[in-house]
Amino acid sequence: MPPILGDINKRDRGQHPPAYTPTYKTSVLRSPRRALISIEPGAGENAGPIFRPSLLGPLDNDLIRNFAKDGEAIGERIIVHGKVMDEFGRPVPNTLLEVWQANAGGRYRHVNDTYLAPLDPNFGGTGRCLTDAEGNYFFRTVRPGPYPWRNNGSDWRPAHIHFSVFGHAFAQRLVSQLYFEGDPLIPLCPIVNTIPDLAARERLVARLDMGNTVPFDALAYRFDIILRGRRQTFFETKPEGH
Amino acid sequence: MPVEYLKETPSQTGGPYVHIGLLPVAAGIASGTQENWHVLQGAGEHIRIEGLILDGSGHPVKDALVELWQADSEGRHNAGDFLGWGRTSAAFDTGEWAFETIRPGVVPWRDGRPQARHVSLAIFARGINIHLNTRMYFPEDEAALAADPVLKSIEWVGRRKTLVATRVEGRSVPTYRFVINIQGEDETVFFDV
Repeated sequence: MPPILGDINKRDRGQHPPAYTPTYKTSVLRSPRRALISIEPGAGENAGPIFRPSLLGPLDNDLIRNFAKDGEAIGERIIVHGKVMDEFGRPVPNTLLEVWQANAGGRYRHVNDTYLAPLDPNFGGTGRCLTDAEGNYFFRTVRPGPYPWRNNGSDWRPAHIHFSVFGHAFAQRLVSQLYFEGDPLIPLCPIVNTIPDLAARERLVARLDMGNTVPFDALAYRFDIILRGRRQTFFETKPEGH
Repeated sequence: MPVEYLKETPSQTGGPYVHIGLLPVAAGIASGTQENWHVLQGAGEHIRIEGLILDGSGHPVKDALVELWQADSEGRHNAGDFLGWGRTSAAFDTGEWAFETIRPGVVPWRDGRPQARHVSLAIFARGINIHLNTRMYFPEDEAALAADPVLKSIEWVGRRKTLVATRVEGRSVPTYRFVINIQGEDETVFFDV
């Protein structure tokens, strides 16, 4: 497939949470009050960093073992997999996907997390991989636990895995969170509900995938990620018009 | 009906523990790969960019993660070994962040006009639902700043200066300070790129 060299599509901000979402309290002082300034993508916005496979260690996508000290991580063993595509359905190959999460009890290995649930000595909670030539990725981990946070009294986050993906353009950069099918905490969560559209929220829910379960080892969840599309170059817009 | 396409995956906040995944050392995770992502190695004039991100009450955002994306010293992206990208975090006690990099070259705009030299920044943090995109320009480039097509697209002329860093004198490496105001009187310009 020849490289597509056109512009990255405008972001459909209606699919995303607005900056100011007061039921998620921290957003109140961390949201701009003025409108974003729209610019067309230039050479810098249409390009992005290229990460080489040499960046990765052999266990980078195996969170059950990549922090192991004297055993494997404790919890519900799962495989999370899917395809990174753009809005036109084209696979996004060789792009860096990074993930992080709490352990099975909802405790993060972070100096600022003081939740009373214990750390798991064999679980770090960080992983990464590059998508393959067809845009596919997978990692192995334990299902994270919910955890309480200081928002409204004691809100509880649903079980979730944070993820970060680059695409091939800095304009495609995306950080978001994956939730698990059937979790009753999802509709109660002020962070989930920063996304105005219910259908958009549902696109953050990974689906149980029994077909890819590893028998007597791990359940599987399927989660596809869609990045902004890159248009074909039909005509260049000229300031003086055509 | 218009043609239907897939819809972009919605953004969510990076949260307070973003460092676990994106800068494990900052989270206190000593094992795993220890990359110095805040140092961009490449040919050209070495510079330092440092700054602070302030919320709407003027309080430093101490859990922010900042990513930088820039051209090489000749104004090219993805040419040679220069990655062009870096990542750093605000210090948990002060909120200060910094990059060591090289001065970017001039990148032509879409119509061929030169853009003033700049780096692009993306800000992720707890309370930020979708990352904020901005640019940092260099104060010495006065003529280029006046002609920059992106700066000129900002209708409110007075807001353009929020994208120009301050030169810090007395350092061995040319150093630029860039204070980002997320909200309020001197709110930094953020772009929908």
